[in-house]
Amino acid sequence: MTQYLFRRLISIPLLLLGVATVAFFLSHFTQADPLSALVSERQMNNPEVVAAAKQRWGLDRSLPEQYLIYIQNLVSGDMGVSFRTRRPVLTDIAERLPATLELVIFAMLFGTISGVALGVLASRFQNRLLDYFARLVALFGSTVPVFWSGLLLLYLFTVKFSWIPGPGRLDPRADPPPFMTGLLTIDSLAAGQFDTFLNALHHLVLPSFVLGWSVTGIIARLVRASMLDALGQDYILAARAKGAGEARTLFRHALPNAMIPTLTIIGYSFAYLITGAVLTEAVFGWPGIGSYAVDSARTLDYPAIIGVSLIGASAFLLANLITDIAYAYANPRIRLE
Amino acid sequence: MSIVVGARAHWMKNLTLRPALVAGLLIVGFWIVVALTIDVWTVYDPLKIVARKLQAPSLQHWLGTDALGRDVMTRTLYGVRYSLSISFVVVVCSVVIGSLVGALAGFFGGWTDSVLMRLVDVTLAFPPVLLAMAVAASLGPGLQNAAIAVIVVWWPVYARLMRGQVLDVISRDHIEAARAGGASSFRLLTKHILPLSWTPTIISATMDFGQVVLLAASLSFIGLGAQPPAPEWGAMISDGASHFYSWWIAFGPGMAILMLGLGFNFIGDALRDILDPREH
Amino acid sequence: MAETAPLLEARDLRVTLRNGLEIVRGVTFTAEAGKVLGIVGESGSGKSITMRAVMGLSPPGAVISGSIKLRGEELVRAPERRMRALRGSKIGMIFQDPMTALNPVITVGKLIAEAVRLHNPGMSASTARQRAVELLDLVAVPQPEIRVNQYVHEFSGGMRQRAMIAMAVANNPEVLIADEPTTALDVTVQAQILDVLKSLQDRFSMGLVLITHDLGIVAGAADDVIVMYAGKIMESGSVRDIFYRTRHPYTRGLLSCLPTIAGEQSRLEPIPGSPPLLSARPEGCPFHPRCPMARDACRTEEPVLRPVDNVLTACHFAEDLRDGGAGRVTAEAERA
Repeated sequence: MTQYLFRRLISIPLLLLGVATVAFFLSHFTQADPLSALVSERQMNNPEVVAAAKQRWGLDRSLPEQYLIYIQNLVSGDMGVSFRTRRPVLTDIAERLPATLELVIFAMLFGTISGVALGVLASRFQNRLLDYFARLVALFGSTVPVFWSGLLLLYLFTVKFSWIPGPGRLDPRADPPPFMTGLLTIDSLAAGQFDTFLNALHHLVLPSFVLGWSVTGIIARLVRASMLDALGQDYILAARAKGAGEARTLFRHALPNAMIPTLTIIGYSFAYLITGAVLTEAVFGWPGIGSYAVDSARTLDYPAIIGVSLIGASAFLLANLITDIAYAYANPRIRLE
Repeated sequence: MSIVVGARAHWMKNLTLRPALVAGLLIVGFWIVVALTIDVWTVYDPLKIVARKLQAPSLQHWLGTDALGRDVMTRTLYGVRYSLSISFVVVVCSVVIGSLVGALAGFFGGWTDSVLMRLVDVTLAFPPVLLAMAVAASLGPGLQNAAIAVIVVWWPVYARLMRGQVLDVISRDHIEAARAGGASSFRLLTKHILPLSWTPTIISATMDFGQVVLLAASLSFIGLGAQPPAPEWGAMISDGASHFYSWWIAFGPGMAILMLGLGFNFIGDALRDILDPREH
Repeated sequence: MAETAPLLEARDLRVTLRNGLEIVRGVTFTAEAGKVLGIVGESGSGKSITMRAVMGLSPPGAVISGSIKLRGEELVRAPERRMRALRGSKIGMIFQDPMTALNPVITVGKLIAEAVRLHNPGMSASTARQRAVELLDLVAVPQPEIRVNQYVHEFSGGMRQRAMIAMAVANNPEVLIADEPTTALDVTVQAQILDVLKSLQDRFSMGLVLITHDLGIVAGAADDVIVMYAGKIMESGSVRDIFYRTRHPYTRGLLSCLPTIAGEQSRLEPIPGSPPLLSARPEGCPFHPRCPMARDACRTEEPVLRPVDNVLTACHFAEDLRDGGAGRVTAEAERA
């Protein structure tokens, strides 16, 4: 297991280098002068700014040299300056990361729980009405555009029913908790601001439902298949033969086995969550990286867009690594090797 | 003759036993017919202002009117042309590029394989929408560039699939026999390996149609795809988002994306059952 | 009354699968406490399905008719609650391949402890764990304190089957059903596992039902034998009678598959052909297509089980087998 994880660990910096290379080419293939990706239009006429940028990013040098400088800058955390906010991209991202993290965590929780529940239900009632129903619900989740379902549900629940507060992470009147992790639910609890906690939770419900539902189907599908596989094994018969009841057989004996392959898909579905988060945030006015990316894309703020995709790719790679570790750990055969 | 009849009976059986396949074919068929014939029977012009703006659905305007007073129903129906053509182009190009890369990597192995597959790994390391956004933004807004962006995101999936298939097929005995018989690499690849490697690609491509429609619409929603006044679904939903209280502007195009996605999924699922019984 | 009733008794047991095929067709047998009942048959003979019916673990949709009584208590159509209480406490079961029958993500100790606690709800986890150690020790697994914390893949084949046995006898069942307990094992390990089973059976005077396709195993271990074919009993009787005075050509065919003890070039003659498919069972005697003695009557009329000499047999021409070298001394028979 250690050997396997070691190989994975080594591959990550290499993949990151590849990702950075792609980012370098993207920033050079912008339709305009690469300089336009670094200096905003208004400052193009300011020779000092232009010269400084050229020097810092080595734009007067050869392409390989530029590449090296680009990588160097990235390593030192310099992703350039956003045209729109006029601030370093990394600062912008760091500030908005907790909001996205909180949304993605809640969505992941919802997606995983609902996916596992639907998958187990579908496998237990294979080819019966409940199975078809569970599969349809799951399929809807992965087919429905989140920027559409989010919009309509937000309209329905805020305007029509007034069950859910409007966009954003907190009501304007709510008291934001002192910064600790940046996750409002945790920070407010830590600060003992229970009202703020409830308010943050209230704001999270709809976006994390909309986003989480998009991965419900992926997870449910695999849970169903793995559960069917597990339920056909002899150890299920053996469990029944020693007097285990229905629920025990299902949850104690079949589910842990079915969860092993499912773990890999949970990591994989993280890519969907990031993708979905971009659009969900845009709809819900969620002040995270996703809405930052969308706003940047709309204004063709190249450094910001490329910065976000770099961060997104790193997060995705990290998620995959965690998945691999979890997978190895959950499977005694691999864990003990 | 009897074989033909038998084959037809087989297909009929498949159809009657698979309500999902029938539903999928009906949905996709409906939208194809709409795309081909809408010019003939449309009541309104999708680009013309035909009524007061922001009207709720009524008998005259089933899905209401948008912020300029255009008929949302008409625009939704016209929108299928963008979605179907972009997803068709994207899927075909991705399949061709991806399969070629995957086949070469699997067939030649060694360095070719390493280099090509690392390229695949790196591309797949990006969350799809972010890479598509970055590419589309770099190329500049527009439907064509959005299509290119989606292809950039999508081809590696088929490369992996095809490589796996080729490796699987190549290890079978009759390929060894053909190789021993002196067949050239190219001949082996085109005559013996590729024909046996298509099934999973076709299944996957059918399922992906819906996802491609979704991704392309997402780019348009963000503002990187089709530009106004084009009646593209993602762009229309974006319109709806800026007129939050007029829910009907976004309703139609979203339903359309959902329908097409479900349709392609139903067909792909049934195809997998029929073509690849191993999976079950 | 309960004490005089036989331990396990099946009467005219029939199992019909969901697809309408009758896979067990009127099986009657009795298993007694302290004795070993061997059920022999090729795969597809219905022997495993019969025992799953006894456990109340028939495949989904299967229809059971006839009667199964445990100490006089009817099990067919008994409520699931009751069956669950009986399974693992009064009736234990061992499966063919312990690698697949022991859950790979739960330690062996926890699996055994679970069997204990399921029928002793008040018992603490640590007591149950202690009991698991004792049980592993009972089935002669070395270093049971270490073994309880291991997973099935860390066990060797023989140890796995011992663990499986420990799990099945955790609550001292009255009946232990062993479904091909040695098939997945090496020959040397087979004998050890049979010894473990025999000694447990003696010690707790359980009724042991030993399902196998190998007459050799039955010869060494069983008191009574049932030979099944195509969902029916072909022949039944005491192990000596079946081995020395069989009155059925199928049993005789099985016997001639066994290697003999003396250096004599063994007549390993497999029965030609293979058992009929469920869906294409022949008219008349199900064995006639493979039977060297088949005559016209065999092709039209299905024989019923009837007493012939000391055995019950289902052959129209059982009497013809009286002489003609039916009895053969085999290694295992000798040992018995």
